[in-house]
Amino acid sequence: MSLIYQHSRPGRRAPGQAPLAKGDTTAIPERFRRRVRAALPELSEMQVVRHYTRLSQKNFSIDTHFYPLGSCTMKYNPRGANQLAMLPGFLARHPEAPETHSQGFMACMYELQEMLKEVTGMQAVSLSPAAGAQGEFAGVAMIRAYHESRGDEARREILVPDAAHGTNPASAVMCGYQVREIPTDANGDVDVTALKTVLGPRTAGIMLTNPSTLGVFDRRIREIANRVHEAGGLLYYDGANLNAILGKVRPGDMGFDVIHMNLHKTFSTPHGGGGPGAGPVGVSARLQPYLPVPMVDRDGDDYRWLSESDCPESIGRLSAFAGNAGVLLRAYVYARMLGREGIPRVAEYATLNANYLLERLQELGYEAAYPERRATHEFIITLRRQARELGVNTMDFAKRLLDYGFHAPTTYFPLLVPECLLIEPTETEDKETLDAFLEVMGKILEEAKTEPELLKGAPHALPVRRLDDVRAARELDLAWSPSRDG
Amino acid sequence: MLQAIGVGTVEQLFDEIPADLRCGELNAIPKAMSEMEIGRLMDTRARQDGAAVCFIGAGAYDHHIPAAVWQLATRGEFYTAYTPYQAEASQGTLQLLYEYQSMMTAVTAMDVSNASLYDGASALAEAVLMAVRANRKSRSRRVLVPRTVHPHYRRVVRNIVHNQGVELVELPFDSTGGHIDPETLAAFAGEDIAALVIPQPNFFGVLEEVGLLTDWAHANKALIIALVNPVALALLSPPGEWGEQGADICCGEGQPLGAPLSSGGPYFGFLCCRQTLVRQMPGRIIGGTLDLDGKPGYTLTLQAREQHIRRSKATSNICTNQGLMVTAATIHMALLGPEGLERVAAACYDNTAWLVESLIRLHGVESRFDRPVFHERVIQLPVAAKGVLRALAAHNLLAGLDLSRDYPELGDNCILTCATERRTREEMESLTTKLERVLSLQGGVPCQLQPKEW
Repeated sequence: MSLIYQHSRPGRRAPGQAPLAKGDTTAIPERFRRRVRAALPELSEMQVVRHYTRLSQKNFSIDTHFYPLGSCTMKYNPRGANQLAMLPGFLARHPEAPETHSQGFMACMYELQEMLKEVTGMQAVSLSPAAGAQGEFAGVAMIRAYHESRGDEARREILVPDAAHGTNPASAVMCGYQVREIPTDANGDVDVTALKTVLGPRTAGIMLTNPSTLGVFDRRIREIANRVHEAGGLLYYDGANLNAILGKVRPGDMGFDVIHMNLHKTFSTPHGGGGPGAGPVGVSARLQPYLPVPMVDRDGDDYRWLSESDCPESIGRLSAFAGNAGVLLRAYVYARMLGREGIPRVAEYATLNANYLLERLQELGYEAAYPERRATHEFIITLRRQARELGVNTMDFAKRLLDYGFHAPTTYFPLLVPECLLIEPTETEDKETLDAFLEVMGKILEEAKTEPELLKGAPHALPVRRLDDVRAARELDLAWSPSRDG
Repeated sequence: MLQAIGVGTVEQLFDEIPADLRCGELNAIPKAMSEMEIGRLMDTRARQDGAAVCFIGAGAYDHHIPAAVWQLATRGEFYTAYTPYQAEASQGTLQLLYEYQSMMTAVTAMDVSNASLYDGASALAEAVLMAVRANRKSRSRRVLVPRTVHPHYRRVVRNIVHNQGVELVELPFDSTGGHIDPETLAAFAGEDIAALVIPQPNFFGVLEEVGLLTDWAHANKALIIALVNPVALALLSPPGEWGEQGADICCGEGQPLGAPLSSGGPYFGFLCCRQTLVRQMPGRIIGGTLDLDGKPGYTLTLQAREQHIRRSKATSNICTNQGLMVTAATIHMALLGPEGLERVAAACYDNTAWLVESLIRLHGVESRFDRPVFHERVIQLPVAAKGVLRALAAHNLLAGLDLSRDYPELGDNCILTCATERRTREEMESLTTKLERVLSLQGGVPCQLQPKEW
């Protein structure tokens, strides 16, 4: 499809979108001035609307397609949450508005903090991290602040299972830690024997996802927690998979000291084509002094901000203001609409849907990575046999799924299972959709045997066919320039 | 479904979780509400907050957003998609991001842009880390950060980089101009500095001598990190053209491009750089390529920099960014075009100049710095700002930000005030009249007026 620039004509405008009067800027001294206008496109309002409407139609999305992207929890995002977060009073509130003009917003934030404490079993919550990875950074920074406050400077290592999200080791490094990988045992649990050998006076903490990215619940979590604590380390819970256990088991009760949540996953705020997310952190009592600011406190009927001066040991602020406030409002609405009775149902239906898909896919002839284990809210199948015997790989299956109108599951992650698909249906899908997906998965398996070329050349029915990633990285084309179209 | 799985109840599906870890009912969470009920509650709360006329800027600006921007951005196809991992099923988002990158390089006159970071403050932190990695001529991890950079940004940068051994050195500002006097850099001549941050306009709204500062840094083998307001760049020299060689890295807050104030977020951070630094850039980057049939398309590229491939050796831990805000910004820039963006910037400049003229006619009210500004000014009152701001807030006028907390050297009487294109003459006149009344009532004594009860 043509670029917005290709519709542009010199002098064309949407004049009503900008001030009609031209402001007087003659007093700006010459040396500060821009000499040539920025090469932005010049269009009518209708051209802009049509172009971006058409572009949107080239996307798969939750509103249009089943999107079982493992580890991303692509559940339906209630429209009511969006509408209420975009009420004019919330949109107009300046982040530096005085508390007298912020009580409505602050009430929502305070109550969200309280609800997240209850759901996770933690002592206190700060909402400010902007996304999961920033929540991870905050969590590890708190672990570091804790050890440093005790003069325990020798703890230089963060342990991370080999199945972990890439953000875990990357966040630990950003906090100045060395990362040690822990292997996974044959059943998908953390290898406790291996863990024991690396725990010691250098251990600052361990970052775990439970259920893990392998789609199984680590049954020895209490033993792991005890051993890490005995060695003087702390436990970090990556909340990427919190959807699986909502209202069933709480990270605080498992022995975790710090947790981040991905509200754009578990609390159904939109993924927006890659964000914004929100990554609140919760902590046990011993890490409470280090929580990032700002937070909201209640004093009788009044809400007030807690900032650096109230929390002198805080790791400080991580964004200019209070994080992704509008995302937090959406999560608040979602949590209030679910209520205490709806929250456990999230985990129940997510788990039911995942186990149903796993069972039926195995009946179709797909191989589960951990056939002896229950699926949690997601599970892994491996296509290693098909890759070996039929010469079609996971990416071919994924691309062929797109032709049938299903977004592909997560491919080639976690890295330790060869040729894998990580499938997360979420609780919001109905049985008919799951069955339609199964039917297509059956068809593709048949095609892989009879017409493998169909898979290797897929997709065939999308706006573009398979794209050349190698070319994209070698011959960098990262921006349109006026010279390009002659 | 249970039958197909081979269990009797849903509860059985949780049988791998040790029974003694299971939690009971979540009593601290209220019972479910219908959409109508929560709608009523949120409506009341939103009305509580939204009544004031806002003259606060300080990093978040109240601009008009064309109606089409959020109507399009909240289309389900944009709103409910995720990171475009499956490029063929995400050409809408990918092409839009490519167009965004193109627009940002045009606005900043830099070679390349990434697809967004969280906000302006975290973008500056990532820019500092990037500069330290990228400056091969420097062995130090020292970065000069002027005190004219937003105080929250300075704290965020410190909080994010201090565990990686980066040393941040604060540069003082000139007390009459409110800018970095290029002479103060002489103290660092010959020293090993990895980078110099230049805000334009700076936190006080004042314009910095970007050309002189850039040339000094390059002569001293330091990289330049430009921290800019993208709307201001419609009037002001873009970082790619600063000094002889231009800035090396450019970052800032994208909020003025289509994001509502919304209590400080979600906004987005932008990050642009020279072509030669692109492999040190954090975050998603979209590239053009061809499909099997030779047809053009777009895909995530240079992923070997990123955490999902490189893990502990990645350029950053960032994963989810601010895609939806960038969607809005792209549509916003397309609707305004070069002329529209310039008109917005000029109207802000003009309004602020008018407001300042009006305010300083009041007895004892002065403009604190004498240098040119964009759309914010530090105003010095004859009495402490705190009580005056409280009294004006009781009239639903948010007159500005009290600077005494972050800049004690300016005393208790200074506020930072901004009038965007949305402020009308009537609102500015009303602020002037009310300020006059408050000042005469207070006469240098603590505030007698109390804010309204809520």
